Amino acid sequence: MAAVSLENWVERIRDPKIECMSRDEMADLQSRRLVDVVDRVYNNVEFYRRKMQQRGVEPGDIKSIEDIEKLPFTTKEDLRDNYPFGLLAIPMKDVVRVQGTSGTTGKLTIAPYSQKDVDVWGECVARGLTMAGLTNEDIIHVCYGYGLFTGGMGLDFGAKALGATAIPMSAGNTKRQMMCMEDLGATAFACTPSYALYLAESIQEAGLVDHMKLKAGIHGAEPWTEEMRKKIESILHINCFDIYGLCEITGPGVAQDCIHKAGLHVHADYFYPEVLNPVTHEKCADGETGELVFTTLAKEAMPLIRYRTKDLTSIDHSTCECGRTLPRISKFTGRTDDMKVIRGVNVFPTQVETALLSMGGVVAPHYMMIVDREDNMDVLTVMVEVDESVFSDEIRKLDALRNKIAATLKTALGLSVRVKLVEPKTIQRSEGKAVRVIDNRNL
Amino acid sequence: MGITIQQLSVFLENREGRLDEVLSVLAGNDVNIVALSLADTTEYGMLRMIVSDPNKGKAVLRDNGITAMLTDVIALRVPHETGSLSRAMHQIVDGDVNIEYMYAFANGSDASAVLKCDDPARVVDILRGSGFDVWEASEAYVSNIK
Repeated sequence: MAAVSLENWVERIRDPKIECMSRDEMADLQSRRLVDVVDRVYNNVEFYRRKMQQRGVEPGDIKSIEDIEKLPFTTKEDLRDNYPFGLLAIPMKDVVRVQGTSGTTGKLTIAPYSQKDVDVWGECVARGLTMAGLTNEDIIHVCYGYGLFTGGMGLDFGAKALGATAIPMSAGNTKRQMMCMEDLGATAFACTPSYALYLAESIQEAGLVDHMKLKAGIHGAEPWTEEMRKKIESILHINCFDIYGLCEITGPGVAQDCIHKAGLHVHADYFYPEVLNPVTHEKCADGETGELVFTTLAKEAMPLIRYRTKDLTSIDHSTCECGRTLPRISKFTGRTDDMKVIRGVNVFPTQVETALLSMGGVVAPHYMMIVDREDNMDVLTVMVEVDESVFSDEIRKLDALRNKIAATLKTALGLSVRVKLVEPKTIQRSEGKAVRVIDNRNL
Repeated sequence: MGITIQQLSVFLENREGRLDEVLSVLAGNDVNIVALSLADTTEYGMLRMIVSDPNKGKAVLRDNGITAMLTDVIALRVPHETGSLSRAMHQIVDGDVNIEYMYAFANGSDASAVLKCDDPARVVDILRGSGFDVWEASEAYVSNIK
């Protein structure tokens, strides 16, 4: 119970020279690193050499960061085609570890690291932990999964770089998580936002909120809304921070927001962000939503050039109130993958979450979207839990609640929605990435 | 003297075995069911019960992950004679009180009608004023136990 309010906040910046660098100096640094990385992939990775030759681009054509537009894109399919080590730019003996994510299509997406890549990763996470107000005096309870998934290891490397104490809990066993959190005096915890909410509710139910020393939560690996953040913050009396990353690029720590919660600061000295129109591939202006594309400027093992993340966001290059000049990407509205087109309307799970939470505590933000096709017509059903605060033994009142939720969702999505009330805690709480949508249509 | 008794209400998804689960939790914890009504909609069911110990009933259900709530209801004592419930109902309707739902159970020498309404105090006044009586909680929770 130690949330620090904004008025009493002391901003700490781990690497002010980089994090508060002028735009011109940053562009110089990025240009030098881009020239270097292009040279490395052209000479060491057959895939990139061929792709650049097809476009008629040579390393000599890349002189500054502005020239990045001349370079080809890399997609997740390219990673799959070159699985597992086809994109490696260093000898295998220099690879010190491999992380990965399980793709829905079966094969893993693999991310190899050199020792320097691991150090950069830890450094970037440590910058984020510092943004969250943490120092080497903090005890960080990591309940992201440890293993191939980058969540656990990433936060661990970050805590190590910071000199903080890491408690490598990994995911699962909520009772044990709460016990260790309490007994070992964790001052911060890191996990997915959906598990954070589940854990927060469990702590509240067990009457343990006052027993905790928590002041910060570091959450990422799935899109979440401002309302969900407020919910976790208000239950645990902490500040929650949004950490973003993807294993192909490095893992968590590519970007994170600061106490001002005005977008996620991208560590643009290592990961150069572009926001592009997903169809025309033209650069979006600041504030305009598009697909986030990354180039890893300093990665050794598997540098990626213009990697299409499929995450949708907008970018802001103005200086943040915290003093950092690192560009900020907006909190994610979703992935191009998560978006469902239902009766021609684009729907993101986060829109449903926002709408439910906007009802002011009337419903729990645990929901499941089910998309079916009945008689050639798309039908969206949203399952919403009836918790004790809204449960009534009068069917009339429950029907009124259901109609109210349906009306709220219809306004938010621009689409008629069937609402099905279900028993509390029946929608699965994930300990990893939450599954929010089941699409039963055979498209 | 309490004028209302507590009903244990449970939200049930239309899912196989759900009712069975609720009943076994109560049975396993020695909570006796005096009366029961199950309302069903297309999507969910509402189980309403008068039990021997409503607070314990709610607690044990909760421990088993089942949402239950306690609702104040009136248990009207209805003599075993034709037309007695009809007479009571006339009085309530004349008093302009809306009844949300009702169910009845036999109770030895007479019967009980469980009523949920917006204004229990007024309904009890009306009933007592016209010669009817209501059950006290202590009587209702233990009725029919041999």
